[in-house]
Amino acid sequence: MSSEKIKILVVIAVLLALAYIIPHSTSFVVLLATRALVFAILAMSVDILLGFTGLASLGQAAYFGIGAYLAAIMTTRYHFGLNWDFWLLIFLGMLAGAALAAFFGLFAIRASNVYFLMITLALGQCVWGLAYRWSSLTGGDNGINVPVRPSFGLDLTNERTFFFLVYGFFIVSLLLLYILVRSPFGHSLAGIRERELRMRILGYNTWLHKYIAFVIAGAFGGLAGVLWAFTNGIVSPETVVLTTSVDALLMVVLGGAGTLVGGVVGAAIVFGVREYLSTLVPWWQYVLGGIYVLTILYLPSGLMGIPAHIRQWWIQKSKDKNPKKLASVTS
Amino acid sequence: MSTGADSNGRTPVLELRTLCKSFGGLQATRGVTLRVMPGDRKAIIGPNGAGKTTLFNLITGIYPVTSGQVMLFGRDVTSWRSDQRTRLGMARTFQVTSLFPKLTVLDNVLLAIQGLRQTKFVMWRFMSSYKEAYEKAYYLLEQAGFFDRKDVEVRNLSHGEQRQLEIVLGLASDPKILLLDEPAAGLSSGESTEMARFLMKLDPKLAILLIEHDMDVVFDVCAEISVLHFGELLETGTPEQIKKSQRVQEIYLGIG
Ligand SMILES: Nc1ncnc2c1ncn2[C@@H]1O[C@H](COP(=O)(O)OP(=O)(O)OP(=O)(O)O)[C@@H](O)[C@H]1O
Ligand SMILES: [Mg+2]
Repeated sequence: MSSEKIKILVVIAVLLALAYIIPHSTSFVVLLATRALVFAILAMSVDILLGFTGLASLGQAAYFGIGAYLAAIMTTRYHFGLNWDFWLLIFLGMLAGAALAAFFGLFAIRASNVYFLMITLALGQCVWGLAYRWSSLTGGDNGINVPVRPSFGLDLTNERTFFFLVYGFFIVSLLLLYILVRSPFGHSLAGIRERELRMRILGYNTWLHKYIAFVIAGAFGGLAGVLWAFTNGIVSPETVVLTTSVDALLMVVLGGAGTLVGGVVGAAIVFGVREYLSTLVPWWQYVLGGIYVLTILYLPSGLMGIPAHIRQWWIQKSKDKNPKKLASVTS
Repeated sequence: MSTGADSNGRTPVLELRTLCKSFGGLQATRGVTLRVMPGDRKAIIGPNGAGKTTLFNLITGIYPVTSGQVMLFGRDVTSWRSDQRTRLGMARTFQVTSLFPKLTVLDNVLLAIQGLRQTKFVMWRFMSSYKEAYEKAYYLLEQAGFFDRKDVEVRNLSHGEQRQLEIVLGLASDPKILLLDEPAAGLSSGESTEMARFLMKLDPKLAILLIEHDMDVVFDVCAEISVLHFGELLETGTPEQIKKSQRVQEIYLGIG
C-alpha cells in the first residue's frame, strides 16, 4: 500500500473518530469543535494559497467577513436563509467571497512574496474599516446579533445537530479541495509554487492560474463566514479583524502547509489553547505564541510533518547502526 | 540557405528584426537580425556577457524589447506574453537549471505536457486519470533513459541528469523550435558527448537555436554558427568558416 493511501486512511479514521467522540462530549467541547471546524474550512482556503500555490495571504478574513456579514444581514433584515433557503444563503456567501476575491485579486495577484502579503493585508484592512464605519449596514462597533439558526427539518439550535451540519460542510470542502489539488489545475499550482517562470515558459498563463486559485480560496472563505455567523451568534468588526487572518495563516503553518488537513490540527490547537487555557491562566497568549515560534523554527513542515521526521530519523538511525546491510539493500 | 528556403515560400519559424535591448545604460542587444527556418540547426556563440541569454529572454518574452521585432511562425509576437509565444510552438531550456525541484521527474514532465493543453484548467478530475498524458510522459522518459528514475524528486538528481531533464521538458510540448541555453554547462566531457548525441537524434524537422561554449557540441549539432559580441552579431558562417575567422579568434583571445 502506498504511503498516500495510508495517509488517507488515517485521516478518514481520525475524522470518523471525531464524529463519534465529539457529540458524546460536553456541550462546551461540542461548541469548541464546531468553531474549530469552521476555522478549519477557512484555514484550508488559506492552504490552497500558501501550501499549494506559494502565496501567503494575510487578508483571508475579508472573505470570511463578507460571508458572515451577508448571513447576518440577510437573516436579521430579510429573514432570508432561515429555512430551506439556507442552502441558497450558503451559495450566496460563497459567491460573495468569490466576487470580493475576484476584485481584490486584480490588485493582489500582480505582486509576489512579501508584496502579496502586504497588499492582501491592506485590502483586508479596508474590509475591516468598512465593517467598522458603515454602521447603518453593519451595526458598526456593536456588530449584528444573529439570534436564530436556520431550521429545515433539522433542529439546529441543538448544538450537536449543528456540529454535524458544520462537520458535513467541512468534509465536503475537504473532499472538493482534495480533488482540486490532485487535479491538473492543482498540479499547475504546485508548479507555480516551485518555479513560476518555468511555468510561463511551458505555456501557462500563471497570472490566471493564481487568480483562479485566489477566487476559489475566497469562495471557501465566504462559506466559512456564513457558518461562523450561525456558530458565533454575533458578527462584528472583530470577525474581520487582522487577527482572524493571522490566526488562519498560523493554523495552516502550525498544522502543516500543503496538507489541507493540517488546518484542522492547527485550528484545534489554537481554539483548545485559547478557550481552555484562557480560563486557567492569564498568560495563555504567550503559550500560543511560543507554540508558533517553536513550530516555525523546528518544524517548518508543521505538526503533520512529524511522522515524516520520525521516519527520517528512524532510517538515519538504522543506517548508523547497520551501514553495510543498508548499502547492500540499496545497491 | 535561409534565403533559398525563403524563395520556396516557407515562413521562418523565428525571425528577429533589428532587435535591441538596453538595461539602463547597458546595451545588451544591438540590432540583432536573425532568421531560423524549419529544421535549421543554428548556434550562437560569444564570450561571457555577450548577451546570448538576453537574446533568448527577448525571444521568449521574459524581457520586453527596447526596439525591433520578434516574429514567430510569421507572426509578430513582440508584445505577446511568454506563455502565448510558447503555445505557437516554441520551447526553451535555461542556462541555470530551472526545474521543479520538489516534484518528481514524472510530475515535472507532466507539467510540461499539460502546458499546451486546455485540460490544465480541469479541477474536478484527478490528474492520474489522464492516461494519455501519462503515456506520453513515459514515452519521453524512456527515450531519455529516465524511466527508472521517474519517481525521484528532481532535487535528488545529479547535475548532469538535471541538465538532461531540462531538455526533456523542452521537448514535451512538441515544439517546432527549441532554444537551448548552454545545455552542456557544467557537464563532464563524456556527458557532453552524450548530450550532443542526444541532440543529433532529435526529429530533423525541429529547428534548434543553441547557445553553447562547448565547441565540440556546437560542431556536432549545428550547421551554422553566429558570433555575438557586446550584443552585436558579428559574423555568421559554417563551422569551418568560423573556425578560420581572424575576428572570432581575436574576440575569444580578448583583443576584439
Ligand atoms: N536583468 C538584467 N538587468 C541588467 N543587466 C542585465 C540583465 N540581464 C543581463 N544583463 C547584462 O547584460 C549583459 C549580457 O548578459 P547575458 O546574460 O545575456 O550574457 P551571456 O552572453 O548569456 O553570458 P554567459 O555566457 O555568461 O551566459 C551582461 O552584461 C549582463 O550583466
Ligand atoms: Mg548566458
